[in-house]
Amino acid sequence: MTSAAELAEQATATILGGLAGARRGLVVDSPPGAGKSTLVVRAAARLTDAGEPVMVVAQTNEQVDDLTDRLAAERPRLAIGRLAGIEYTPAQRVVRHQHVTLSTRLADLAGCPVVLSTAHKWATVRGAPAWPWAIVDEAYQMRSDLLLRVAGLFDRALFVGDPGQLDPFSAVQTERWAGLSWDPMQSAVAVLLRHNPDMPVYTLPVSWRLPASAAPVVSEAFYPFTGFRSATGPGERRVAFSTSPFGRNALDVTLETAASSGWALYELPARHTVRTDGEAVAACAALAARIVQRGAVTHSPERAVAGVPDAGTRIAVGTAHRDQAQAIRAVLRAGGLPGVTVDTANRLQGREFDIVVVLHPLSGRRDATAFHLEAGRLCVLTTRHRHACIVVARAGVPELLDAHPSTEPVHLNVPVKFPDGWAANQSLLAHLSQYKVRAA
Amino acid sequence: MSTLTSLARAMAAASGTAQPACTVRHVHLSPRPLVFIPLALAGEANAPLAALVGDDPGAPNLLVVPEPRDRDLRFAFAADLAAVVLRYTASYCADQEPTGGRDPGLRYADAPQLLVPNPGGIAFTRLLGRSTRFRRAEGPYAVAESVPVLGRWLTFFADRTESPASSLMLAATDALSAHWATGQSPAEDRNLAVLLGWIDPPPGMSGAQAAALAEDPLRSPPTGPATDPTFDNEVLDQRILAVRTARLTGGGRAYQRAEAALTDALATQLTPTWTLMWRAAELLRGLPEAAHVRRRWDADKDAFTWHAGHIREGGPPQPRRDGAVSAAGRLANTERVQEMVAAQRAFDDPLVMAEYRMTGEAFAGRVAAAEPDRVDATGRRRVLRPRVTVETGDAVLAEPGATLTSPARPSQKARVIAVTEANGRTRVLLELQGGMGRALTPEPGSVPAIGEPVCYAAFGDGYQPPPAFPASEDTPWTHGGPPPRYVPADEDAREDWS
Repeated sequence: MTSAAELAEQATATILGGLAGARRGLVVDSPPGAGKSTLVVRAAARLTDAGEPVMVVAQTNEQVDDLTDRLAAERPRLAIGRLAGIEYTPAQRVVRHQHVTLSTRLADLAGCPVVLSTAHKWATVRGAPAWPWAIVDEAYQMRSDLLLRVAGLFDRALFVGDPGQLDPFSAVQTERWAGLSWDPMQSAVAVLLRHNPDMPVYTLPVSWRLPASAAPVVSEAFYPFTGFRSATGPGERRVAFSTSPFGRNALDVTLETAASSGWALYELPARHTVRTDGEAVAACAALAARIVQRGAVTHSPERAVAGVPDAGTRIAVGTAHRDQAQAIRAVLRAGGLPGVTVDTANRLQGREFDIVVVLHPLSGRRDATAFHLEAGRLCVLTTRHRHACIVVARAGVPELLDAHPSTEPVHLNVPVKFPDGWAANQSLLAHLSQYKVRAA
Repeated sequence: MSTLTSLARAMAAASGTAQPACTVRHVHLSPRPLVFIPLALAGEANAPLAALVGDDPGAPNLLVVPEPRDRDLRFAFAADLAAVVLRYTASYCADQEPTGGRDPGLRYADAPQLLVPNPGGIAFTRLLGRSTRFRRAEGPYAVAESVPVLGRWLTFFADRTESPASSLMLAATDALSAHWATGQSPAEDRNLAVLLGWIDPPPGMSGAQAAALAEDPLRSPPTGPATDPTFDNEVLDQRILAVRTARLTGGGRAYQRAEAALTDALATQLTPTWTLMWRAAELLRGLPEAAHVRRRWDADKDAFTWHAGHIREGGPPQPRRDGAVSAAGRLANTERVQEMVAAQRAFDDPLVMAEYRMTGEAFAGRVAAAEPDRVDATGRRRVLRPRVTVETGDAVLAEPGATLTSPARPSQKARVIAVTEANGRTRVLLELQGGMGRALTPEPGSVPAIGEPVCYAAFGDGYQPPPAFPASEDTPWTHGGPPPRYVPADEDAREDWS
């Protein structure tokens, strides 16, 4: 059997080889933590080595800064342009590279064979000659109307993204464009592939982030047709606690279940609640606090030093709604743990932590709306962790799902999206039910 | 449904009376709206059956399709409807006024307004517009010349309902339930008779009692486009059959009698709704108009002027489907307008702002301290930057560095410098910029004084420039390339399924 590293290297080599012969470009689907950024940096380096100027498009300044930093480290002599908006505050990790030029105008970056910026900034560029190549990162999070605004800038493009995550979002509720191949509310890749069905689609086969306990579960629930595996084998990633519990309570049992199996479901008694459920908020905060108090230490084979318990960068709490995140943040701040990252699924996209506590989107609800059922939301929340994921939910979520089968209207000419949120939720809950701990 | 709306609904259910959800009216209401109540035939795709239409409460026009399955008669009905609607729209194409703003131009001084009972009425209008706007006055299946023009106007009105800023066409149930919370579910609010029972019960009756009575289809027939199934079975079916039989057996007096009987039956179904519609308009008119409504109605007048010109100059009808560029442009525009209207509603109405205060996106309190003459001399130029401290009991989500806007001074930006909490109260230190005149001392009243009640929100009603899209003929390869040019043809009116 080939090792994970070899498998990933083969896939990358195929993709980079495919660039040369691409007519219009290619699409790369990447499961969570499969080395998407690495691929973008290597593809940019490969194309510029071949003398072809490249424009790199990412969705947020944070993402652009990350890519700029990594590309600058990979190619210390390459002149790199960072195009930015007027309100952008230069990041230290970008400024420290001597060979990165920063400007708000593309004309100032004329000498740079590679220029990186956000899609929104690229959309303001007018009258520039077309770039032979573009690399579009997080292309599944980009709305197709934004692609429409930048597509005139390049001839060919490499689109990289994670198809399992949250679809782009619009506050406007309309079915006006349902079924149109250029529906502006669809993702950039969806529209691109409908108009260019012969465009090759590759898949990255190995997740470097997810542990062996998570990869098969996530792969089956959210990526049913393009499976992937974890880079590490069973038992190679471990969580230990530097203190022992005094007595035995549900929180500690949950922590130990998560440490030994990679998953835990902390189940509160069934109840219909308002959106910000005080007990669930308290439970999420208590679990995050307990992880810190118990001195969680993480061991992974690819990191020589065992992880130091540092709440800020290694523990996160994920929710569906902003007010839930705010409430949990307030409890943690009051408890002296301001460093734990607490945010919504939308904002946790693309980030990575050691242990993640998830407030289940359907916990305590009376109904299962499309928003709360969305597969991408659950996928983001349950794929941010390197070691363990603890889900907090009220009892009765499977029954709620059974009572609310998908009732979204079906439109003609709309490609069916797999998996649907209902199936993904059931699949994940079925797995989690093995690691259920009832709250005392 | 927000927590505040849920509370208002619970209070309405408990008290049996609808509760106000707004303190002011957020839609424009024309002094002379065109009320349009369409009825459709059950079992046929958008087949018109009858309509009661008019701009005078005392003089409704009853239009009937005597044989709704006969397509020629449907287009005769469309021609009758066109006579009323086109006369009404044309009556607004006279007086003009300057548009104001930067480009000097003229627009019509007022615009028409279509009132339908419910969202179903809007959907019916959209489909009737679609089935008529591509028809032609010559060639196969020729129709009256006014029919395609009617189709373009109906499409125009229906399209405008997608913009949350527009009042050119309103569904009465939507407009009413945006301003009052009833003790029933939003789905039940779509019945105009029941909704009006809650909001405006007859004397001696509670809202809940009046609503329960109004649920009886004999007392209050459905407000369309769907008809009451019992009426369909027991009355409509026989009378349509009688019309057909009379026509097949030679027409004449028998036909006229049968047609009159059908018309009478349909009038019984439409007339109660006609009364309800004018009562709804009157109730809405009773609310004071919100401050931003006039500006949004000006945009409606611009749209009306543009479309009237487009038809006059022989422009093509609205396409059946949006192209890639126009779809993206329309979405971007709707998103901008939606955000703008949400902010304007909150700025105009303390009850709407209360929703944002509950979520922490806005807070209200009193000015506890003020430095109105503070000058910032650290930059190249000395600039006026007064600071005020607002004390509030609301939850404050704003973090230092955030920019806030106050409804009382929308052109002024307030930057959060510090947020401190003590004894359950929050003190927010704000630095003000703009809207204070050009001198280094603020104009009187431009900086809130100590003790003044103020409100600050994390959103402003400011203008955002529309994003630039490529021209339609430059549609990129990712979106299917440039579309073919539109050439009118006889087949345009054909549907894929027809």
